[in-house]
Amino acid sequence: MVIFSGEIERIPAVPAPEKIKLRTSGVNLFYGTFQALRNISIEIPAQAITAIIGPSGCGKTSFLRLFNRMNDLIHNARVEGSVELDDMPIYDQNTDVVELRKRVGMVFQKPNPFPMSVFDNVAFGPRRHGKDNRKELEEIVERSLHRAALLDEVKDKIHESALSLSGGQQQRLCIARVLAVDPEVILMDEPCSALDPVATLKIEDLMRALSENYTIVIVTHNMQQAARVSDMAAFLMMADDKTGELVEYGPTNRVFTNPKDPRTESYITGRFG
Amino acid sequence: MIRSERGHGAKATERIAFGLLALATFLVVAPVIYIVVFILVNGSGSISWEFLTQAPRHRGLEGGIFPAIVGTFYLMIGTLLFALPVGVFSAIYLTEYARRNWLTRLINLSIVNLAGVPSIVFGLFGLGLFVLAMRSGSSLLAASLTLACQALAMIITTSREALMAVPRSYREGSLALGATKWQTVLHVVLPQAMPGIITGTVLATSRAIGETAPILAVGAAFLLPSLPSSPLDQFMALPYHLYIVATQVPGMPERTMWGTALVLLVVVLSFNTMAMVVRWRFRQRRV
Repeated sequence: MVIFSGEIERIPAVPAPEKIKLRTSGVNLFYGTFQALRNISIEIPAQAITAIIGPSGCGKTSFLRLFNRMNDLIHNARVEGSVELDDMPIYDQNTDVVELRKRVGMVFQKPNPFPMSVFDNVAFGPRRHGKDNRKELEEIVERSLHRAALLDEVKDKIHESALSLSGGQQQRLCIARVLAVDPEVILMDEPCSALDPVATLKIEDLMRALSENYTIVIVTHNMQQAARVSDMAAFLMMADDKTGELVEYGPTNRVFTNPKDPRTESYITGRFG
Repeated sequence: MIRSERGHGAKATERIAFGLLALATFLVVAPVIYIVVFILVNGSGSISWEFLTQAPRHRGLEGGIFPAIVGTFYLMIGTLLFALPVGVFSAIYLTEYARRNWLTRLINLSIVNLAGVPSIVFGLFGLGLFVLAMRSGSSLLAASLTLACQALAMIITTSREALMAVPRSYREGSLALGATKWQTVLHVVLPQAMPGIITGTVLATSRAIGETAPILAVGAAFLLPSLPSSPLDQFMALPYHLYIVATQVPGMPERTMWGTALVLLVVVLSFNTMAMVVRWRFRQRRV
């Protein structure tokens, strides 16, 4: 099991965080008559990185999108069971989705900066939430770019098009854009799948640094990445009816070195997927 | 032997196909060039300061076409004023907000078919609804509303296409940052779609103001002593004036007709050019 050597021994900076940030109990997700997720119960700790792994099409992304209600955008999507953020039900009728998405940010698979300047991209969220003081915005932009480890690379082209940045820079810009809104949770949907190895490592370092202050949930295809960066790992797999189920969940260390379920072992040793 | 013959045949077919396609393109382009050049050559002689700035006298036999130019200009503004907001808002509603169901499909189908309605039908519709039922009389207002109705179908269709061409990832990125749907439309989707919307709107409007039939019944006048002073006044317009001088006034010098045609052509083409400039500026500003 060469792939887990070294990194797996890493001890999280915050010793065993107790606080539960996100919780699902008995969640079923349907797209029309198709059931995408079945009976998923999970507790995601605060200020830690939780990786969602599993083969293609098992519903990892759908699962991630439960937490900021992005599945709402899909016609016919329906959620059963409960999803909670800090013990507050997310799928309650009274939930303000806009407020929820301010607290739960998202980074997408493909970098999707807006076709605007670097500055306007980062200032987009704060502006929409009513901040229009130029000085305040400048501070937010600088702080966010700094936290996303991008400031040094873009400080000379802050008013140039975000589309002129490299793929890795664009993705860190998207992270800066999320940080500018000052969220509590950051959802990442395979954030490195469109990036080269160097850019990938930069994002991973960034995630480690951010996990001190933010709760991060990352979907990844990449076993090594999950082993390298995450504190907790959830393994999803689809059942015979193509519905995604949670097979195993626990500390990354344990899941990777001593999986309880034979399916987890087969998957992480590369026998399928 | 057989193979070489086949090869020869394929080459010949290729040449014939190329020739046919080139010929078809020529047949499309040639009349346009011919018409423009012909009107330029025949019409430029009558263009003078007096022709452009004077009102017609003696049933148009003398004087100029100033009121018709102004009338067409007013019509353009009036049509844009009504058609642009209504067209763009309904395109936004249909693309961004409306659920996909049988009703929206029916609405979309109706809009596409609206574009195929003959212009004289729009004219009679305008006469019935705006002039008579809404009692706006034969007026600039009624004509603008009528032309706006005609332009709407094309504005909505092209605006929808421009909106739908904006990548879904932009919308998701914006919504995921906690922007509302309207903020997403206003700050992310619309700026991206604007060049397409502008082009569609201007082409639709310039086609509408070139029309004669729809304004026949709703307020276009043969001859007016003065310019319209309110939206409820009657007006002169270039296409209608051209129809009058070309067919209704005996002894009209030919060059007056060509001159009027030339001015109409220039007005419409410069409006289109303006749209291209605006579109280009948008592209530049959009980083």
